[in-house]
Amino acid sequence: MEKLIRFTLNGKKTEISVDPSLTLMWVLRDQFGLTGTKYGCGIGVCGACTILLDNDAVRSCTYRVDDVMDRNVVTIEGLSSNGELHPVQKAFMEKDALQCGYCTPGMIMNAAGLLIANPEPTRQQIIHAMEDNLCRCGAHIRIIEAIQQAGKEMKKMSQP
Amino acid sequence: MKTQRSRFDLKRRDFFTLLGGGIVVYLSSGNPSELLALPLIQERDIPKDYNAFLTIYEDGTVICHVGKIEMGQGPITSLPQQVADELDVSIESIKMVMGDTETCSYDPGTWGSMTTRSYSNFLRAACAEARAVLIQLAGEHLKISPENLKVKNGMVFDASNPEKKVDYGWLTKGQRIERSMDEKPEVKDHTQFKYVGQSRLHADARIKVSGEAQYTADIPMPGRVYAKILRPPSHQVELLSVDYSETEKMEGVEVVRDGDLIAVLHELPDVAERALSTIKAEYTSDEKEVDDKTIFDYLLNAPAETEEREKAGDLGEGEEQADFIIESEFYDGYKAHAPIEPHTAMAKWEGEKVTIWASVQSPFLMAQDALARELGLELENVRVIAPFLGGGFGGKIYNPQVPEVAKIARLAKKPVLLAYTREEEFFMDYFRTAAVIQIRSGITKKGMITMWDYQHYFVESRGSDTIYNVPNKLTTGYSEKRGSPIHPFSTGAWRAPGNNTNTFARESHIDMMAAKVGVDPVEFRLRNLTDEKMIAVIEALKEKFGYSYMKGPSGRGIGIACGTDAGTWVAVMIEVKVDTETGEVQPIRAVVSQDMGMCVNPQGATLQVEGCVTMGMGYALSEDVEFKGGDVLTSNFDTYQLPLFSQVPEVIDTVILDRQDQPPQGGGEPAIICMGGAIANAIYDACGARVYQMPMTPERVLAGIKKASG
Ligand code: FES
Ligand code: FES
Repeated sequence: MEKLIRFTLNGKKTEISVDPSLTLMWVLRDQFGLTGTKYGCGIGVCGACTILLDNDAVRSCTYRVDDVMDRNVVTIEGLSSNGELHPVQKAFMEKDALQCGYCTPGMIMNAAGLLIANPEPTRQQIIHAMEDNLCRCGAHIRIIEAIQQAGKEMKKMSQP
Repeated sequence: MKTQRSRFDLKRRDFFTLLGGGIVVYLSSGNPSELLALPLIQERDIPKDYNAFLTIYEDGTVICHVGKIEMGQGPITSLPQQVADELDVSIESIKMVMGDTETCSYDPGTWGSMTTRSYSNFLRAACAEARAVLIQLAGEHLKISPENLKVKNGMVFDASNPEKKVDYGWLTKGQRIERSMDEKPEVKDHTQFKYVGQSRLHADARIKVSGEAQYTADIPMPGRVYAKILRPPSHQVELLSVDYSETEKMEGVEVVRDGDLIAVLHELPDVAERALSTIKAEYTSDEKEVDDKTIFDYLLNAPAETEEREKAGDLGEGEEQADFIIESEFYDGYKAHAPIEPHTAMAKWEGEKVTIWASVQSPFLMAQDALARELGLELENVRVIAPFLGGGFGGKIYNPQVPEVAKIARLAKKPVLLAYTREEEFFMDYFRTAAVIQIRSGITKKGMITMWDYQHYFVESRGSDTIYNVPNKLTTGYSEKRGSPIHPFSTGAWRAPGNNTNTFARESHIDMMAAKVGVDPVEFRLRNLTDEKMIAVIEALKEKFGYSYMKGPSGRGIGIACGTDAGTWVAVMIEVKVDTETGEVQPIRAVVSQDMGMCVNPQGATLQVEGCVTMGMGYALSEDVEFKGGDVLTSNFDTYQLPLFSQVPEVIDTVILDRQDQPPQGGGEPAIICMGGAIANAIYDACGARVYQMPMTPERVLAGIKKASG
């Protein structure tokens, strides 16, 4: 009962023949080796597994692999281009917005999704979008600052 | 049991074979037991030699092999600062290899804020010795007496003629050099540092933001399968019968069994999980009745070992001198460690030898040693490698996943990955203990403490001694009797063990006394303190916060707490808003002041403080483990409430007192101890409610408001 799933993964058209009911998070990690996407809870309440699906930040542990048929998936590994870090990644580094770093890919993907939907979020909007993305180490206030900085940076870049 | 050879013999031999050339320096000095922060570790064959290994390659790269692990507290950033300064090399030339029992120096574990305050001293001494050896070698080569040589950035040169020079890389030239100094060189003092004391961003940030950093579950391994273990529904029960005949029929699924350890294997975790759910098992029933509501009465009545400490003066006399006697009783529920990365391990057997990658705070003592003992293996047949850890907080000192995965992989005859699910993580965790604290104290009208009778039930003693100057005092601890466990599940060290609960109780009670005599709680503390360091820390806190006194409850919602932990003096002032309709508490701003002695990386220390404040809000306001007997009802983050973005104060300011001339102290834990007390006192100042139980949930705050107005 395998099924051929075609989708775009980190900018490349790809296909895989798998049991369509498998969890997207595990398929990304195990079949594609994209281990930047982390497991934290498995039920959609921590955000460690966040990816972009058609530019929306979603929790890959709550998706089946066939949910991405003909859609566009970006994981943390696909966020940078040609070795150049995404502004959100850079801002996380510059603001030291991490400790153990385990929640970091999910935080960055969530933030990247937010900035696509809302390039100039207020502090309140950032908090709202990040609300239940969990960080046990307590890097929160720096994560908020990093997202503010990345937003500004991206705005500068988009202006000619 | 087989006798184990001294680790040092083993090391000396194998280390060279493993690493080939380079200069290798080992150090054996100091008292190894200093490195053991946890009294609960029983006597075992701790090696007498503590070794720091350095290898310097021809291109000048310095590899520093340390048994510490990186779980977010930043040794991967702060240790190279110290190595670079002692060796006189550029920090960019240093690479860290950490947490590998085969290539790193022995270390009991990364805990107790010991990396900087204890381990660093060994490492710095080793580097100073390595530098002296290198200068000696350079002197022989250049035919110049070592006193006339200087070093900069790994280059040794003639002080009077800098053209005469040779670099470390050339000196070592890939050859193996084993030498030690008869006279041990001094480590540098703070005025000679170039890197120590300077802020540095995380050295591992680049690979962590890109997703490349590997945690245990991320290590690629061809042919690896996932294991899912059959868990009982509750602690305190035994397996009666099990039937996995249907499970074994599933395609590609394998079931292995070693006694009560029953695991399902499949290359896909989804399939392994499904297969696990088809096992039918019966267990005895759980006899324990206690739950998260009745636990406090239960603890007060449990059989206990009694220990009296801090005895001074006479409590009766202190009572006579007092104008007021204040009594209080505080409660704290069980807390989970809840690192976002659950306990994980992967095992690969090659003949008699097993290699384990595992998320462990203690690759040597609690993983390698423990496993060798449990399976009766020679130490050299167990290699443990701790990649990056996704948080630890004391929760990855014990590593049940390590023997589990080793046994399963041995039976399966293939590499096995065991990554606990979140539900397993909550079930297998050893919680921070629930506790009760009773305090009876006497004060004069002028606000001097005359008597202090402190009784702590089932919480560790760390932080239980009063920091105030009290003439008549006694601390009594009640703890589990050996051999008669009272908790329905395991309990253990949780970031600053004991100190969070003790500081919450002591600092709440201090505020109650200050309120009783109408004295500013900050002034009340200063009046009763003689400890200069604590006084200086509080003065700096006051100033940074811009604190001024208003009679409480002032409605402003400002609270203070102070204490000591891991050699560091710390005080926190926090401002909160309390919604008197809902009982919700919203922290607005926190200021932390600490004297941590010499600070290696101010940026890293600040991050630890912010992490402590944020994590501390969780235990203070929302985290609680619900259970019924041995059945842990809290099983995921939907019911165990970690702090969320909206709950974090907008500003966390950190003041680190300049003490660069003092020995370094701990930084990973101290600030967290004050969070319960500071928040409790801020709630009181906001609305007059005194909350005696953590977490201080909206219901408990509302009850406090009702009581205060009733
Ligand atoms: S693992 Fe997907 S939200 Fe937690
Ligand atoms: S940095 Fe450790 S969980 Fe966020």
